[in-house]
Amino acid sequence: MNTETRTVLEFDDVRLVYHTEAGETLAAEHMTFSVREGEFIAVIGPSGCGKTTLLSLAAGLLTPSAGHVRMYGKEVRRGSEAVGYMLQKDELFPWRTVEGNIVLPLEIRKNNTAQRREKALALAEKYGLGGFLKHYPDQLSGGMRQRAALIRTLAAEPQILLLDEPFSALDYQTRLSVCDDVYNIIRAERKTALLVTHDISEAISVADRVLVLSARPARVVAAHDLEFGTAVPLERRKNARFSAWFDVLWKELNV
Amino acid sequence: MKKKTTACSPEHALYLKKRRRESIVVQIARFSLLLAILGIWELVAGLKLVDPFIISSPSRIAVQIASLAADGSLFYHIGVTLWETLAGFAVAVVLGTAVALLLWWSERARRVLEPYIVVLNSLPKIALGPVIIIWFGTGSAAIVFITVLIGIIVAILQMLGGFMATDKNKILLLESMGASKRQILQKLVIPSALPQFVGMLKICVGMAWIGSIMGEYIVSKAGLGYLIVYGGQVFKLDLVMAATVILCVLAAGMYALVALAEKFLVKK
Repeated sequence: MNTETRTVLEFDDVRLVYHTEAGETLAAEHMTFSVREGEFIAVIGPSGCGKTTLLSLAAGLLTPSAGHVRMYGKEVRRGSEAVGYMLQKDELFPWRTVEGNIVLPLEIRKNNTAQRREKALALAEKYGLGGFLKHYPDQLSGGMRQRAALIRTLAAEPQILLLDEPFSALDYQTRLSVCDDVYNIIRAERKTALLVTHDISEAISVADRVLVLSARPARVVAAHDLEFGTAVPLERRKNARFSAWFDVLWKELNV
Repeated sequence: MKKKTTACSPEHALYLKKRRRESIVVQIARFSLLLAILGIWELVAGLKLVDPFIISSPSRIAVQIASLAADGSLFYHIGVTLWETLAGFAVAVVLGTAVALLLWWSERARRVLEPYIVVLNSLPKIALGPVIIIWFGTGSAAIVFITVLIGIIVAILQMLGGFMATDKNKILLLESMGASKRQILQKLVIPSALPQFVGMLKICVGMAWIGSIMGEYIVSKAGLGYLIVYGGQVFKLDLVMAATVILCVLAAGMYALVALAEKFLVKK
């Protein structure tokens, strides 16, 4: 990987403590890693280790108890323009048309200009949603809905996409094809992506680099450059190195 | 969903035909049931199996309604009750929704006011009758107030439930887009609580009728509730029954209007 590319997101010795009335939980400690421009990073970890917490920190929705989370060198703030968040389910609003859903971030960010709107809708057009703009989400298949959710995320032109297990709500078959789909769109739009998942094979099939988190308190225990180049997920799954990486990551998760 | 106009197979046509026939049967059965009840009632009264003075009869009710209509008092009483019900309903719905919004907005307000709402909810509002008469007199104002009182708590609880049930992940999504609390309210919380709003309207229709009729029982000089009480006191069962029948028709009509509103409001 070219070291001259800019760092988009940086976790610097982050510590996070959760407070509830029942007590306090140390969710993350000494969490350090960075994401360079154009990279696709997958984060895996044992369940309950705080993968979603990591994304909330990256999006500025949570403030670290100690350490820093920086976006382009500056402390990340809530609702940062640079961030596009994509959740497990598509979370499309059923009372809005596909078009209405796609322009939602523009409305929220109050830059719903004709130009931005056109750009977002052109994106929808480009990725096969053109004929569905006036449809409601419940008229779309699961795969199409997730694609609409991705276009919505891209509409506000974020620098980095935060993906929280975006395929796990889909059935297996749809999942493989949507995974390909999302991968291709993110690559084509030259976006940086940070994906968290509990699915090792999913991580291997999309990422340039895989980070392995420890059980709580979470910290990065290993990082691997996969070196698959630009091979798409379905090709990677056929590659001999796929299962080799699977073994490595499997062992690291189960220490 | 939009309607699909696709050519259908013979099996499907048969299926549709069966469904249509079934719904016709249901309609006929409904209507026959009403006719049977009215018929038996008329017969029992006509043959004096039970004294019609006690149970009245459909024909006597019809005559009673006609005579009320002839001297114009029918529409006067309907007007009074309808006004009280609608005014109470409107105020309860608007104020109740507004209070629920406030409680959604401020967790502290919610926690402070919770015990008060719980107590007001379980308190039989009629217990406040004497206080209300002293404060508002014996006119329509007192009745509207009772109606509001009965409806508003339900409205608040229903709407607060709806607002609080907003999908947490959708809120997270909007927050990640940098949405303010007001934007979350406008773009997400209110539209997603629309079904609860319609549900609340339906409940409040019922509550408003309870409020207005109960109010008329305790204080009024006019209205359908007044006619019922007055009829009971002078032992004119025809009048009691006539007013009750009209009340049934009005309540059904108002419910139908709300159901119609539901079609417009909740498309999805």
